[in-house]
Amino acid sequence: MPLSYGDVGQVASHNHVRKSVGIFDVGHMVQSNFRGKTATEFLEWLTPSSLSTLKPYSSTLTVLLNENGGIIDDTIVTKHAADAFYVVTNAGCRDKDLAWFQQKVAEWNSSDKGKEGPVEREVLENWGLLALQGPEAASYLQNLTSFDLRQLTFGTSAFVPVEGFNLHVARGGYTGEDGFEISIPPSQTVEVAQLLSKPPVQLIGLGARDSLRLEAGMCLYGNDLNETTTPVEAGLSWVIGKDRRETGGFIGAETVLRQLKEGPSTRRVGLVVEGAPARQGAKIFAPSGQEELGVVTSGIPSPTLGKNIAMGYIKSGWHKKGTEVAVEVRKQLRKAVLTPMPFSKANYWRG
Amino acid sequence: MQTGLRTLFRSSRTASSTPRFRVAPTSHILRAGALQIRSLHIKKYTSEHEVVNFDDETGVGIVGITDHAQSVLGDVVFVELPAVGATVQQGDQIGAVESVKAASDIYAPVSGTVEEINETLSNEPGLLNKSAEDKGWLCKIKLSDPSEVDKLMTLEEYKATWE
Repeated sequence: MPLSYGDVGQVASHNHVRKSVGIFDVGHMVQSNFRGKTATEFLEWLTPSSLSTLKPYSSTLTVLLNENGGIIDDTIVTKHAADAFYVVTNAGCRDKDLAWFQQKVAEWNSSDKGKEGPVEREVLENWGLLALQGPEAASYLQNLTSFDLRQLTFGTSAFVPVEGFNLHVARGGYTGEDGFEISIPPSQTVEVAQLLSKPPVQLIGLGARDSLRLEAGMCLYGNDLNETTTPVEAGLSWVIGKDRRETGGFIGAETVLRQLKEGPSTRRVGLVVEGAPARQGAKIFAPSGQEELGVVTSGIPSPTLGKNIAMGYIKSGWHKKGTEVAVEVRKQLRKAVLTPMPFSKANYWRG
Repeated sequence: MQTGLRTLFRSSRTASSTPRFRVAPTSHILRAGALQIRSLHIKKYTSEHEVVNFDDETGVGIVGITDHAQSVLGDVVFVELPAVGATVQQGDQIGAVESVKAASDIYAPVSGTVEEINETLSNEPGLLNKSAEDKGWLCKIKLSDPSEVDKLMTLEEYKATWE
């Protein structure tokens, strides 16, 4: 996926997705199926989410945790049945995720649990993944299918007949807009991509993908999340299931449950910065400039809001909305105010 | 990401397969023609993608970023300029140009005193994309050592650094 397509600028692409509809080729992401009688329990060991109570053909954002509660990767898990899950993980984490899954599947299958019914992971090599995003995404896709897309609410998925192709379509995305993530078998990717990229749909590159997700307050793994951040610090406690907070039983539970109880020492927050945009690595200080409080992990001048937005980690106690801090850009302190995320209002189809 | 223009170029080149480096050649031809008429003006370039339009009568250089630089940066949304009256040394960081994608530091191509800054850019940063080497100029520097201009790159030498 290139930064941009042709001569269309990042801001024009960004605005097109906010106002109309764009398509992202995210086929570089890793799609996998997990199958087996104990698949639910296995994935509840690898993630802190309540997958047993997730309804079939529903998705959730979750995290793969290491023993310290640090995030190995963030992922979207879709449950098709108690013994069948579809999982999308980040391309940048491909190798380490693969090693982690291999190790954990082997460990699970040799345990007493796994002997009740082994789990297998199948990587969907060379499958396509297209994200159709924007307020006009639904009307565009509806013209290509007899399936009533009004029934397909945010966070659910279905196999949808699209002009003769039967495709896995999940309602959601990485822009804060209504939209669909469409998984395509290798032999059909080109044809489906052509079908989904006619006007008003525009091809959107990585540049706009980043500014759209940041306005939506969503994390980029490697920037805003890494193996030393926990879901509690990252403001992702909502992915930890209610029952899981009692029972634990997932990798990294000790740290995560303790942080849930005692509160984390650092937290991911949103900022609006005056003057210059703050970028990744910019230090956050108390207004006096004396005390260092944290660091910016992503920041841009927001095309939608016309303000400099950023997310970063800040010392607990300074994390409340409206708190004034200072961010250092080019050796000057710039005033910044803690601002709730998403920065721009989400526009999901909830039926 | 905060980076010199040069670094930005390298990273975008590897990250993108699209032909983002095309510069409309006609603009250079037109300007070359204009230069021949106004022979007092010498236009020179730096490897960091700054351009100086030097008037040897007044000793003032008009500093900007190159048209090539603006095309790589994309939509410029914010420009930070030096203070009027500031004394700068060649190579000093004197400001920054920011697109949504990245921030790029601007380095003084020549030493001297900042006489004027382009105030229009604070309200209309996009002017840098429309007219980088003309209306989108950044600042005017009164040179303390005009011979520095001689050591800067010609258009051909500059183009050879990225073409």
